[in-house]
Amino acid sequence: MDVFDSLPEPIAKAWERSLTGGKAALSRRRLLAATGAAAGGAALAACGIPASDDGKKKGESKDPDYSKKEKELIFSNWTLYIDVDDKDENKRPTLDRFQKESGIKVKYNEDVNDNVEFFGKIRPQLEAGQSTGRDIICFSDFMAGRLIRHGWAQRLDPKNMPNVVTNMEPRFRNAAHDPGRQYTVPWAGLATVVAYNKKATKGRKVTSVEQLLTDESLKGKAAMLTEMQDTVGMTLLDMGKDCTKFTEDEFDAAVARIQKAVDNKQLRRFTGNDYVEELDKGDIAACLAWAGDVVQMQFENPDIEFVIPQKGYLYATDDLLVPAKARHKANAEALMDFYYDPKNAAELAAWVNYICPVAGAKEELAKIDKELAADPLIIPDEKMIKAGRVFMELDDDAETTYEDKFSKVIGA
Amino acid sequence: MTALAPPPPAAPEADAPPPPPPGGRRKLTPYWLLLPAILWLLVFFAVPMFFQASTSVQSGSSGEGYELTWHWANYTDAMSEYAEHFGRSIMYAAAATLLCLVIGYPLAYMIAFRAGRWRNVLLVMVIAPFFTSFLIRTLAWKHILSDGGPLVGALDALHLLDVTATLGMTEDDRLLATPLAVICGLTYNFLPFMILPLYSSLERINPALHEAAQDLYAKPATVFRKVTFPLSLPGVVAGTLLTFIPASGDYINAKLLGSPGEQMIGNAIQRQFLNVRDYPTAAAMSFLLMAAILIIVTVYIRRAGTEELV
Repeated sequence: MDVFDSLPEPIAKAWERSLTGGKAALSRRRLLAATGAAAGGAALAACGIPASDDGKKKGESKDPDYSKKEKELIFSNWTLYIDVDDKDENKRPTLDRFQKESGIKVKYNEDVNDNVEFFGKIRPQLEAGQSTGRDIICFSDFMAGRLIRHGWAQRLDPKNMPNVVTNMEPRFRNAAHDPGRQYTVPWAGLATVVAYNKKATKGRKVTSVEQLLTDESLKGKAAMLTEMQDTVGMTLLDMGKDCTKFTEDEFDAAVARIQKAVDNKQLRRFTGNDYVEELDKGDIAACLAWAGDVVQMQFENPDIEFVIPQKGYLYATDDLLVPAKARHKANAEALMDFYYDPKNAAELAAWVNYICPVAGAKEELAKIDKELAADPLIIPDEKMIKAGRVFMELDDDAETTYEDKFSKVIGA
Repeated sequence: MTALAPPPPAAPEADAPPPPPPGGRRKLTPYWLLLPAILWLLVFFAVPMFFQASTSVQSGSSGEGYELTWHWANYTDAMSEYAEHFGRSIMYAAAATLLCLVIGYPLAYMIAFRAGRWRNVLLVMVIAPFFTSFLIRTLAWKHILSDGGPLVGALDALHLLDVTATLGMTEDDRLLATPLAVICGLTYNFLPFMILPLYSSLERINPALHEAAQDLYAKPATVFRKVTFPLSLPGVVAGTLLTFIPASGDYINAKLLGSPGEQMIGNAIQRQFLNVRDYPTAAAMSFLLMAAILIIVTVYIRRAGTEELV
């Protein structure tokens, strides 16, 4: 594996182990599944909507990289997901520094607002084997996994990303959706926790999902998320089940439990990011919330509290990936590498307030803001790391089945 | 809206003599003028509709892919599974349309006949909310209807919330996440679509007709009933259609202002299409919604008996 030649010996070995012996290794079963589906897919693709595994083979083919000739990069990210200058919102300190150091001109678009919507937007191009016009896209892990399954993400070259190889926190290295991190690099980690407004709960502590679902005093004032992974995952954990590996029966039991809370009007709403205003005002007294939002809310509202439930919490990552047919893969890798320099990572984390996936960023963050560096929602401590679980990786059919059942519960 | 926009009554082939006489370039002019609209309709309506129709009779799964199998059961499945959503959407849209008419008619009347030199200012004020995005306007309602807000406080003090709760429109002394909130949101968001056509047809009524009616000893109420209202009917029909049709397909209001019990068919279609990725069912649902709207609108226009829409 020549790509590892440039890496320090122990790191190269560790990386190689995870690719060949770990989950990343291509098992016989996976290989059979892939070729079988591809054969079936070819027949179906003649008419109708192609199968998801269809692209598995062709995804491995190398797309031409124009990075050397064209020093540019088109980056699609979520809104408010990069540091901006305090005085001038149009200036992005870390990104500007990257452009200056590397000589690569970055066109930064904040056009990702919703995983499924953005996927819907670029799916036709990817399906047709055309360029999406983007070199880096930031997707949540489950969606990144879907692109990888379809063969729509380009394999990254570790040789171009020494910082990523050395500094990625070990627990992010073997993600279920991308074993060995061959296609994706985490931009930030997201923890789903329980948050409450202590003024609205009249001082009462809300410490578990169970309370959201059954506590009489929260009737009509509790909320959960419209994201199936978050809501069902947290409910499964609360029931003592393993959300990294569950059966359909367990899923059904969790959904039934949520349905009961819907039927007796315990749950007020299922929300996207819009829980923020309602929790702030107290219309929602307690809900499932994303940790980064909570950190930012706490700056402005001292009544907002969060709890890591004792039964565990769910975490996910938002990943950077290079979509198929992107023209500037090496430039994209250079950017990923830049953000895995602990100093740059700390600067980013200090602004976005999500979990930082870069080892060594804590020390750098402490130089910027001691309080943030001590916040377990940004740099998790041992206890928090232990309690975190990732939602099971689902194939397309399972995803459809589960999403359908979950949609019924949330009323849509 | 599509039902509202039949292509302009162009001279169809039947009228035109088949071989254009030499030097008859002028005969082609109407077609050239129509070309942009026809291309627009073709690319953004006819072609997508064709693919949508084909998708709606496919079967398969998101993992295996979907294939055209003329699977008509998608329609019956969608119908039986989402009957509640269809019914709810039409009820909410109808309620919002009625509210828009009740609120919009007096306002349009006032602007048309009594506003004097304030007329243009008032019209701009009707349209002004459209300068912000639909989403922002809907989010603003969360603040207005907030549980601890002054509006809920006042309604509660007047015991009006008890009345709406008995009617099943609100719940637990709150407005947000109730049917009433969704209907209010729809009403607010589509109100200008009602006011503007009403205004344009009221404004065309010659005030001399009112004077003539009064000269014939008609009371003001009779003048309104016998003269003004019948003459404004085209505006009423256009306004109700422009409100009802988009409102019945709306999903933002139910999503932001409703609880799981208030989700409309738009929410279900969005979820099926983006999250569940059951494209055939989603396509079938969309067609059913279009069919339902088309039937309702046809019956309504027949009953209202107006040829002229605006």
